[in-house]
Amino acid sequence: MTKNYLKLQFYSLPRNQAFARDAVAAFCLELNPTLADLSDVKTAVSEAVTNCTVHAYKGNLGLVTVECEIEEEQLHIKISDTGRGIPDVSKAIQPFFTSAPSEERSGMGFTIMQTFMDEFKVNSIKGEGTVVYMSKSFKAEVENV
Amino acid sequence: MVVTGYSKNQTLYISLSGEMDECSAQAARNKCDKLIEDNLGVKKIVINLSDVAFMDSTGIGFLIGRYKKAAKLSVPLYIAKPNFAADKILNLSGIYSLIPKAE
Repeated sequence: MTKNYLKLQFYSLPRNQAFARDAVAAFCLELNPTLADLSDVKTAVSEAVTNCTVHAYKGNLGLVTVECEIEEEQLHIKISDTGRGIPDVSKAIQPFFTSAPSEERSGMGFTIMQTFMDEFKVNSIKGEGTVVYMSKSFKAEVENV
Repeated sequence: MVVTGYSKNQTLYISLSGEMDECSAQAARNKCDKLIEDNLGVKKIVINLSDVAFMDSTGIGFLIGRYKKAAKLSVPLYIAKPNFAADKILNLSGIYSLIPKAE
């Protein structure tokens, strides 16, 4: 029975983006992910954590919490902040939507999380913060005989 | 992220190496723009991504920014050798319709 849990909490500093995605990638190694799956997870985590730095706290220092749970062959990730929240989630998750067009942002962050992970959900309350939930299933590889 | 470049036969070749994220993007932008400004006579710019070990959507914003800069100078921009993961993101974004892959 595979079950495991990880909780990370860190400042919303840009240099912690690499730390967060690498830590989550290392945590899910026990699921024997393919390189492609591992890269998907790293990218999705990077997007969510970057949103905390850039949007939730807008350059101010805040805390980002990353929780991961492994259950059988599933990886569940919860990334939360207590920043300013998203006024309109359905608009924010549209491809190419960006609240900061002047800053060379692509507006693809949520689309990438949605595409690269199997399950994706955002809850946000204006002025209180945002929680992103993502899951991915790591099916055991069928061995070629 | 390390940005290097050289020009040959009126083409500016820029190579990115390392991890492209929000943290590393600003320095890479500055270095890349400096290379473009220092090589104004070129007819073509190729950004080589073969040594980019990681890239998130920041890379899309970065490439669109350089595309706009090159377009102002009427110089076409190309992307060369993205790895599997970078290619997946770039395909998803539809960026190849603006910045084609170099052969």
